[in-house]
Amino acid sequence: MTIRTEPMTVNIGPQHPSTHGVFRLRVTFDGEEILQVEPIFGYLHRGTEKLAEERNYTQVVTLTDRLDYVSSMINNQAYCLAVEQLLGAEVPLRGKYLRTLTAELQRIAAHLMGIGFIIQDLGALGTPLMYCFRSRERILDLFEMLCGARITVSYMRPGGVYFDTPPEFWPALDQFLVDFEEEFKELEQLLLENEIIMVRTRGVSPLPLDVAINCSVSGPVLRASGLQWDWRKEEPYDAYDQVEFDVPTSPDGDNYARFWVRIQEIRQSMRIVRQCIAQIEPGPVRAEVPLVLRPEPGAEAYGRVEASKGELAFYLISDGGISPYRCKIRSPSLLNLTVTEHLLVGFNLADMIVTLGSVDINMGEVDR
Amino acid sequence: MNCVIGPDNILYQTPMFREIYNLVGHVLPCWLSYFVAGLVIILVLANAVLLGAAGFSWAERKLIGKFQNRVGPNRWGPFGLLQPIADLLKLLFKEDLTPGTADRIVFLLVPILMVAPVMLVLAVVPFAKDTALANLNVGVLYILAVTSVTSIAIFMAGWSSNNRFALFGAARGVAVLISYEVPVVVSLLGVVMVAGSMSLADVVTAQTLPFIIVQPLAFFVFVAGTTAELNRTPFDMAEAESELIAGYHTEYSGIKFAMIQAAEFGGVMVASGVITTLFLSGWEGPVAHWLGWLWFLIKTMIVATIFIWVRATFPRLRIDQLLAFAWKFLLPASLINLFATSLEVYFLRDAEGMLTRGDLGIMTGINLAITVACFLLFGSMVRKKVRPVVPNRAPVLPRGMTIVEGD
Repeated sequence: MTIRTEPMTVNIGPQHPSTHGVFRLRVTFDGEEILQVEPIFGYLHRGTEKLAEERNYTQVVTLTDRLDYVSSMINNQAYCLAVEQLLGAEVPLRGKYLRTLTAELQRIAAHLMGIGFIIQDLGALGTPLMYCFRSRERILDLFEMLCGARITVSYMRPGGVYFDTPPEFWPALDQFLVDFEEEFKELEQLLLENEIIMVRTRGVSPLPLDVAINCSVSGPVLRASGLQWDWRKEEPYDAYDQVEFDVPTSPDGDNYARFWVRIQEIRQSMRIVRQCIAQIEPGPVRAEVPLVLRPEPGAEAYGRVEASKGELAFYLISDGGISPYRCKIRSPSLLNLTVTEHLLVGFNLADMIVTLGSVDINMGEVDR
Repeated sequence: MNCVIGPDNILYQTPMFREIYNLVGHVLPCWLSYFVAGLVIILVLANAVLLGAAGFSWAERKLIGKFQNRVGPNRWGPFGLLQPIADLLKLLFKEDLTPGTADRIVFLLVPILMVAPVMLVLAVVPFAKDTALANLNVGVLYILAVTSVTSIAIFMAGWSSNNRFALFGAARGVAVLISYEVPVVVSLLGVVMVAGSMSLADVVTAQTLPFIIVQPLAFFVFVAGTTAELNRTPFDMAEAESELIAGYHTEYSGIKFAMIQAAEFGGVMVASGVITTLFLSGWEGPVAHWLGWLWFLIKTMIVATIFIWVRATFPRLRIDQLLAFAWKFLLPASLINLFATSLEVYFLRDAEGMLTRGDLGIMTGINLAITVACFLLFGSMVRKKVRPVVPNRAPVLPRGMTIVEGD
């Protein structure tokens, strides 16, 4: 007797606890093995690029907060770099250092969320996630001291940053670094050598380097496939040419490598933050720029940064008016999603969720 | 009127039943007082399970909160103790949805089938000396038989919901339950052999040394297997939240959902009680004649805390790794335990088949050595699969490099 079997198509999302937002995967399963996968997105489309054409240059900063809402400082930075290129403005040194400092703090916060959710997707019922959140909260408190907001910070402006630091910021930052060193060690001990995490993530969903490069993958996902490529090193912006740091890479390209690279990057970010604290000097934090910016007609600029998820870039065209003629956003999450099919086919449902977590997408950025 | 039940009646050994029966027998006819007494002990049983479930759900949320640097429920009642009641009330008043394409009768039966075995198991567990509601002479077998109904309930839930996530959960759940049933049964054989009886009351009295040290391997296998059968992390395949939303009970809402949850939380309490009885010498302890119930309660709570602790700590295994763990480690381990125990019992028992405390001490030594050897062996096998961390050994490609398309 033969039993007739057929593949089963399941929609993972848009309402699913582990798709990290309103993301949908139409997956065809043979048992638990994935035969075919089709990512579907656009559920969170808010027309950011079009909205940017209707706002003036300063107002667009608030839109960038809402792209990748777990790393809004870095989004601010990318946009401001693009506008400064349009204007030819030079940021004062203290402003550059403050940008570097806050961007690295934000990178720590974003990576903490990234690794926390990988472990959550592995089924660890939130304990490691809460450990990560404990430290992330402290960073958000620091941001609140700087600009009054925690998530949608809008701290950076074309020409520098909006506020200088309040006096209570520096002792709080020092205290955070001391505490976080301890907390992070604890987290590393819990996670890096954990056997269950190892057997679940080692060798799962490997991404070969050639595929990664051909698909324009960037950020930790690319570095986990073995290429030492980081825009902070290749094309240093703000104060990154003043600080020393390493670019951790892993040759494996599997889920564990992506997870491992993020943990190492947190270490490097802490190094950068420490150097910024040591090197920063008093001075102005924002260049003298007019209230309403009017770049030259026809000016174009491409401002790119190494965001927590990869290369984030803003391409701006000016028509001489008070708002950009065109604002194109190159979001790393969207381009990192292009390898989904390559990563997932042949693996099973449980691994799929972890792989999605290890690519660390953010729907605010994918759909824009 | 004086009603008497004979010693051949199974409820004769339940003092509580006898007393109520005699008391009510003064006013009511015999058949009615038999019914009333039975109803009273059923109520006691049901309340024990449901209150245990409520208490456990509170303890779990509170403790996991502590593990995670959170507060946990703290709004309603002292320390948030009334939170489970608030949850239950909320679920009672929520709309009870049944999917249009569901198989309605099967769908409806599932919550009942989930709760019933949990309550039935408690009937044979002695809370103190002579207090088991029914002292069956096949108690251990009865527990194994009754708990295996859960796998049918899970499959019914998955099938009748007509939801693909539920079906995934059900298929996984049944695979896990069937795989883990085998080592659990084999591990219990060792306990039964040492105790010389299947009755839980006899198992308790046989524990002049707690079986957790006489049968350490069986204890580990049984706890691991129970964790899997209770669908708790790291073995929570059937409802793997991050993968399958809620697994087999995705489509359940309102009071049906509450019942399934009660069965799960109550299941942990009942399983803790069974583990206490089988391995931690049950109600035995200082002044056990008066305080037996207290020792039983304390030990049960300790075991339940361990379940909570495990849940707060471990990530989930993948289904193939989970089944490999059952068949490649737990089953061989339980067979080794069975083999060793049977040899020990054969050589150590006296003419009447009894084992003294000294005999148990010798068995403890041998079995501890076997357990350590088993763990070391399995640990080295796992370690081979888990490669060590490789630091930064990637080649750094030169600037302006070209990547040749790979195969």
